[in-house]
Amino acid sequence: MSLALVARKSWFEATARARLGGLLDAGSLQEILPPGAAQPSPHLAALDLPGAFDDGVVIGRATLAGRPVLFAAQEGQFMGGAVGEIHGAKIVGLLRRAVQEKPAAVLFLIDSGGVRLHEANAGLIAISEIMRAVLDARAAGVPVLALVGGSCGAFGGMGIVAKLCSAILISEEGRLALSGPEVIETVAGVEEFDSKDRALVWRVTGGKHRYLMGDCAALVEDDIAAFRAGASEFVATWQEPLPSVANLRATQQRLENRLAAYATCRDGLQVWAALGVAQPEAVPLLDRDSLVALKEGLPT
Amino acid sequence: MNAPQPRQWDSLRQNRARRLERAASLGLAGQNGKEIPVDRIVDLLEAVIQPGDRVCLEGNNQKQADFLAESLADCDPARINHLSMVQSVLALPSHVDLFERGLANRLDFSFSGPQGARLAKLVQEQRIEIGAIHTYLELFGRYFLDLTPNIALIAAQAADAEGNLYLGPNTEDTPAIVEATAFKGGIVVAQVNQRLDKLPRVDVPADWVDFTVQAPRPNYIEPLFTRDPAQITEVQVLMAMMAIKGIYAEYGVKRLNHGIGFDTAAIELLLPTYAAELGLKGKICTHWALNPHPTLIPAIESGFVESVHCFGSEVGMDNYVAARSDVFFTGADGSMRSNRAFSQTAGLYACDMFIGSTLQMDLAGNSSTATLGRITGFGGAPNMGSDPHGRRHASPAWLKAGREAAGPNAIRGRKLVVQMVETFREHMAPVFVEELDAWQLQKMMGAELPPIMIYGDDVSHIVTEEGIANLLLCRTPEEREQAIRGVAGFTPVGMARDKAMVENLRDRGIVRRPEDLGIDPRLATRDLLAARSVKDLVRWSGGLYAPPSRFRNW
Amino acid sequence: METLDFQFASAPVSRSAHAALCGVVGSGNLEILVQAGDQPATCQVSIKTSARGFGATWQAVLGSFAASHPAGGTRIDINDMGATPAVVSLRLAQALAEYRGGEQ
Repeated sequence: MSLALVARKSWFEATARARLGGLLDAGSLQEILPPGAAQPSPHLAALDLPGAFDDGVVIGRATLAGRPVLFAAQEGQFMGGAVGEIHGAKIVGLLRRAVQEKPAAVLFLIDSGGVRLHEANAGLIAISEIMRAVLDARAAGVPVLALVGGSCGAFGGMGIVAKLCSAILISEEGRLALSGPEVIETVAGVEEFDSKDRALVWRVTGGKHRYLMGDCAALVEDDIAAFRAGASEFVATWQEPLPSVANLRATQQRLENRLAAYATCRDGLQVWAALGVAQPEAVPLLDRDSLVALKEGLPT
Repeated sequence: MNAPQPRQWDSLRQNRARRLERAASLGLAGQNGKEIPVDRIVDLLEAVIQPGDRVCLEGNNQKQADFLAESLADCDPARINHLSMVQSVLALPSHVDLFERGLANRLDFSFSGPQGARLAKLVQEQRIEIGAIHTYLELFGRYFLDLTPNIALIAAQAADAEGNLYLGPNTEDTPAIVEATAFKGGIVVAQVNQRLDKLPRVDVPADWVDFTVQAPRPNYIEPLFTRDPAQITEVQVLMAMMAIKGIYAEYGVKRLNHGIGFDTAAIELLLPTYAAELGLKGKICTHWALNPHPTLIPAIESGFVESVHCFGSEVGMDNYVAARSDVFFTGADGSMRSNRAFSQTAGLYACDMFIGSTLQMDLAGNSSTATLGRITGFGGAPNMGSDPHGRRHASPAWLKAGREAAGPNAIRGRKLVVQMVETFREHMAPVFVEELDAWQLQKMMGAELPPIMIYGDDVSHIVTEEGIANLLLCRTPEEREQAIRGVAGFTPVGMARDKAMVENLRDRGIVRRPEDLGIDPRLATRDLLAARSVKDLVRWSGGLYAPPSRFRNW
Repeated sequence: METLDFQFASAPVSRSAHAALCGVVGSGNLEILVQAGDQPATCQVSIKTSARGFGATWQAVLGSFAASHPAGGTRIDINDMGATPAVVSLRLAQALAEYRGGEQ
């Protein structure tokens, strides 16, 4: 091992602004509603909590490898990246602008536990508006790429939003699911799911599992440069398919098959064995390239 | 005239024989070596232990004879009582149960950690009599003088049919405890994780052991020395830069011990980057008395470290240690051999520097991690963090420190004892205070001394985010006080400084700011850390380090 | 939450058209927004903090910053989630440097 590790810039630990700085072409970033121009959340102020100038999401336009893109980047360190009213309105406005401007893609840097509970209905409505706006952008032919690799992953409503995007780019550290591990444990008990067993949490919600299951288009290293390379390739090659009933039916069938095959599994290890992985217990320690090779060798 | 009754000179041996006979009468004499069926363990303990015995229950902050502790607590207090417990660490609920259930009433120990609050309550209710709170070395020392155990209940990895024991990487306190007990008429009972026909190596010979019992589950080990690099802050990086440039480099510290914590973990992770850039490889941090800290892996892999002797092991580090036998102490079987008594001796006498953290420090430099309502003790820190007057051999770092303290004609050197703290802890609790909580704690507990971890007159340097205070160079108590205030930041103690005097101390190099050391605080970023996550540590180790599940995010 | 407002005399800093933002409103952290103010020899500071009762400490930390850095002619807004003075001082230095450096 060498100091190459030291030069790597971790996506997982970077702030939203640092991720954008390394993801997009240098000098191309133009923030929409920058700090000072937008107002912080009125709901948090009413609850006597300090807000953030950008309400936890940075939106704007830039170029990626020379192509024009719009972006939204959630800040996981502020209230777990949770979606409040202003936070949501900024994302929705950006996606609606995408319908008008037709950029090469919208890059959605998701790092969120879902709805900001402090904002209750306003947050729930915001999430549903984001879902509709993602679908509207895609229907207008603008691909929306979800990039998942932050400390909060993509959970709750934002887990659904991620799956509504054209594709998901995820790192091993990234997580994607509906109910968060702590929520499951609280509701169903520790015997159902031990949220403190972090290795289990990652075996069930983590990037490697999601990639093996085919939920994510690409698995990248936890490195801002790797996310940039992955996103550039996506923007250069992705053709947004037109929505069709046939596609929806095929997806529905795939999900029903998955439920039938894995509904009784309690751990990613069992799912991987059922997928045909010869040594499931070795998966968590495989590096990214070995895992991608493993997936390519799996029976289909 | 009646002749005086001749003195019996082997009463301990005869007493021991009677205890073993009692066990044999219950069918518990080593029919097959020294094995006791697991469901007879309480019968055995009730047979060999007598009221008033001194019992050593093995357990440190790492390995615990947890099954034997629970079994002892299950014994009948009508048969076993008034026990005097001697043990390094009071860590498990069962340790305190012994007192609450009336089996034991006296305690000599070193550290109580998580049971500190329950212990304090028992003391206040006068249900426990504390003999003394020791350092590890003091307690081990007393095992061989006036606190020799009648019974030792210990933990081993494996036993063979003869009763030989293999201790695995967590040798820890076992050799000291067994030696004191077995050679003074005592009885040694070992819980083992497994039975093997052939042990990888023999750590304790069978004739020092009386009984072995296979525990229903492996003995508990706490991953106490694992620090997730993801939690190291920029302020800790800044302080680590100051320590490396302002202390390690200037004194050429080669032999050292690090306390537990994120402050020292930051230093370990800056060795392959920042310290290497300063050209310090081979000049500092070559020989360590230290547990196998996962955060030391990058420094080892970078060739900074020549040797590490360990007090105990650390969960997940076994394969890495075994594969780096040039650096660590390992047996012929390949696995690590730790030894707390020897490593503490190295930390006390053979190290040129101790650096660690604390929760409170007063204006004389006394520091304590004791907080109100808890009796915790300090384990080994007071030995590491003291300047031993018994040292005679010289080294450049020791001589330089001695001459700073007493001038060019100093007749001895000084150990560097460095306290490294951010001026405020979480929730804005100031570290620097006019009076330590320890004094109030002493009154509440009726103790003879306040629980001070490191005495101010042993401290050579204090590192905070505001700067470094070199207490060796202070010539009066007033200078010392102002040097401490001068790095105490915006705490009330720091704000009450005599500004002119602190500037004078700065002119004399007694107080040094980051800019005095040529360090720009804005460059103190986490990018300098050689590893920024536990996964990075696994990568540095070439996959040999296997972190516990709770430290993983993959 | 507590809102605190301070003004400190400070050596003027050259005016920048670009605001600078440093830090995140996360536990033990804060965000600092530095913008051009309207009084050249004054540093105006407005703080929203989750930790009540530390006005004197804020005043000392900010006063020391304004005395040791040229921060006149700036308006500084802070959202704080319980950062220690060490973190506050570090972020202030970072934010001012970014403000002075203008756009990258």
